[in-house]
Amino acid sequence: MADITLDQIIKPENLVYTKTKLMTDKVLSYCPGCGHGTAHRITMEVIEELGLEEQTIGIAPVGCSVLAYEFMNIDMQQAAHGRAPAVATGIKRVWPDKIVFSYQGDGDLAAIGTNETIHACNRGENIVIIFINNGIYGMTGGQMAPTTLIGMKSSTSPFGRDAQRMGNPLKITELVAQLPGTYFVTRQAVHTPANVRKTKRAIKKAFENQRDGKPGVSFVEIVSNCNSGWKMTPRDANTWMEENMFPFYPLGDIKVDGKLV
Amino acid sequence: MSELKLMKGNEALAEAAIRAGADAYFGYPITPQSEVIEYLMAEKPHERTGMVVLQAESEIAAINMVYGAAGAGKKVMTSSSSPGISLKQEGISYIAGAELPCLYANVVRGGPGLGTIQPSQADYFQSTKGGGHGDYRQIVLAPASVQEMADFVKDGFELAFKYRIPVLILSDGVIGQMMEKVELFDPIPRLTDAEIYEKYPWATTGKKSGTERRIITSLDLDSHKMEEHNHKLQAKYKEITEKEVRYELIDCDDAEYIIVAYGSSARIAQKAVRLARAKGIKVGLFRLITLFPFPSVKMHEMCGKGIKGFLAVEMSSGQMVEDVRLAVNGCSKVAHFGRYGGIVHTPEEVLEALEQKIIGG
Amino acid sequence: MTEELIIAGFGGQGVLSMGKILAYSGIMQNQEVSWMPSYGPEMRGGTANVTVIVSDERISSPILTIFDSAIILNQQSMDKFEAGVRPGGTLLYDPNGITRHPKRKDINIYQVEAARLASEMGNTKIFNMVVLGAYLKIKPVVKMENVILGLKKSLPERYHKLIPLNEDAINAGLKNVVAVQELH
Repeated sequence: MADITLDQIIKPENLVYTKTKLMTDKVLSYCPGCGHGTAHRITMEVIEELGLEEQTIGIAPVGCSVLAYEFMNIDMQQAAHGRAPAVATGIKRVWPDKIVFSYQGDGDLAAIGTNETIHACNRGENIVIIFINNGIYGMTGGQMAPTTLIGMKSSTSPFGRDAQRMGNPLKITELVAQLPGTYFVTRQAVHTPANVRKTKRAIKKAFENQRDGKPGVSFVEIVSNCNSGWKMTPRDANTWMEENMFPFYPLGDIKVDGKLV
Repeated sequence: MSELKLMKGNEALAEAAIRAGADAYFGYPITPQSEVIEYLMAEKPHERTGMVVLQAESEIAAINMVYGAAGAGKKVMTSSSSPGISLKQEGISYIAGAELPCLYANVVRGGPGLGTIQPSQADYFQSTKGGGHGDYRQIVLAPASVQEMADFVKDGFELAFKYRIPVLILSDGVIGQMMEKVELFDPIPRLTDAEIYEKYPWATTGKKSGTERRIITSLDLDSHKMEEHNHKLQAKYKEITEKEVRYELIDCDDAEYIIVAYGSSARIAQKAVRLARAKGIKVGLFRLITLFPFPSVKMHEMCGKGIKGFLAVEMSSGQMVEDVRLAVNGCSKVAHFGRYGGIVHTPEEVLEALEQKIIGG
Repeated sequence: MTEELIIAGFGGQGVLSMGKILAYSGIMQNQEVSWMPSYGPEMRGGTANVTVIVSDERISSPILTIFDSAIILNQQSMDKFEAGVRPGGTLLYDPNGITRHPKRKDINIYQVEAARLASEMGNTKIFNMVVLGAYLKIKPVVKMENVILGLKKSLPERYHKLIPLNEDAINAGLKNVVAVQELH
């Protein structure tokens, strides 16, 4: 059977929305209901809309989005676990006119890579960091993350996170906002159309900052779900996220144009 | 003649990096190699050539900055000393897996652990047998003089780009800290952006329209593809083994005994050869320049020509000696001598070991 | 000609820079040189030493335990290095601060009161140049004009105005070295 083309399904005059050419046709490896796919898509849409694809280099982390380079149709490097901000620093320092961003999860950015995160932010590297926080290690099968909430169950906190024995969840976004090297720090979500629109605006602002040479890191946290790791349906996961994650990780801008909000 | 200077090995390495047209150096201080980054910072290479120098937050960050910049087609290096080199091993493994060109130097000090800051050659296994995880190799150059600390930067970058492989300059506290006369090579200009686009079609520099995007990764979840990738790496290592072996033979023509050594041990052994010759002992020095690839073929050939014994001299408890044994493969006597833990052996001790372990033993 | 020398004293006496000037002087007359310091935290206020080799041939080991000459500038170094002078070799020392003088009978021994001379000349920092002068009187391994060139090479330009003072210090050393024991 011949391949079916898009215009055999939808007449061109009826086409109102199509995926950005900066996403490949590869089927996403993420679980249904996961926020990664949306976060990938809006990041790539922003790069396309700003006309930056010929000068952008992205960095994939270790974690669920380790294969981000299979989906993002631009030049990409895959970094060692937690080291994406150092890799981004290396690229940006030798190619200051390129646009460089890292895309990292909470284990990568806020546990094993805390040092690289803090220091890239503190040096004020002119890069974008997109940080997906779902409070769990998704790829390795649902272990406790640095951002796992108190009382939250994971395979390494099977009776719920206990602050005394396991330490506290880390608000790394508030932490990096305190550093003089961050220019824009915001926390967003992608679980509703309204949130997707807001997050896309934030990502756009982040890339514009870099394009315009605004001094410092633009840091966009996206609080997301992990219905597989949380062992919930996608819908329940989103409700649980709103009720439990958002109170601890409140959405909104934390630092804009180099000033704390 | 180019410029003649009196320099420390560490300074010569740093100056050579600027002259070799390096685009960036990312490092972290550690004794006995901190002069590398100190020299670079003082020289303001950003004004001389546009070279970037950055003090990273750790050796781990530094090697990952190297990964990023190398993956974007730039000529980039780092350096450290033993404990810091251990920290870099993850990054080196990734660089080997992703087939990126980079140069790094280890000014070795005694270990294990925090060890001592005094000279040692105890990182031979780490340098030649892997260091990081996975089935990979790197080219290892062993300078025995300040001159070679400079020259091997140029050679190292050439090899790194020729084979897209990490190249290690394996030095030690003696070579790093001592000053000698050095004739510096003429500066090589850094590549322009256009030259990088043209020369390195694998480098991530931004996807140009109508071209395939480029990906730098060491990951493949498909084991068959990963095996294929490993075959490709092994073929590269085989080619390097056939083409890039380097060594120096000193007083070997009429020798009955051979001392095998590299780096500062080779300098000490050379003095021991003189002392031995003065006593009428016919001994020569086989100085290794590449540790990987190891000059096994030449060594084996020599032992077929009537050499009565090989003494492997190294500042370790016996690491390089294993490669000498493999090369000689039973056709001649092999023994090891070396002080370690930061103690440097003397020429007299080497001569005594030769007499006791090889000639008399 | 090969001269294998150790210079040993306190950190801050200018031991390493004296060695560096000597090595640079060797380069100025087209010789091979090596300069190998002790290094590490013990240098800060503790003992410092440097092995300098000047030779007409390619230098093999930059690290030695037996020396043609030793310049010894404190008691700890005397205790450590007197035995390392080869029989028939040379030991030069400043008696200032030395409580146990060298006892070897098989080496040449010289003294220079460099600390006193430098202080009399009004600048204790030229101490090491007085010592260098004394050494070059006994062992003229490098020509004086090359020492001046070596000084120029190893001193940053902003200190070049001090070269005449250093030259005076070297001359003071040349004139004031005293033979304690000379082998015949």
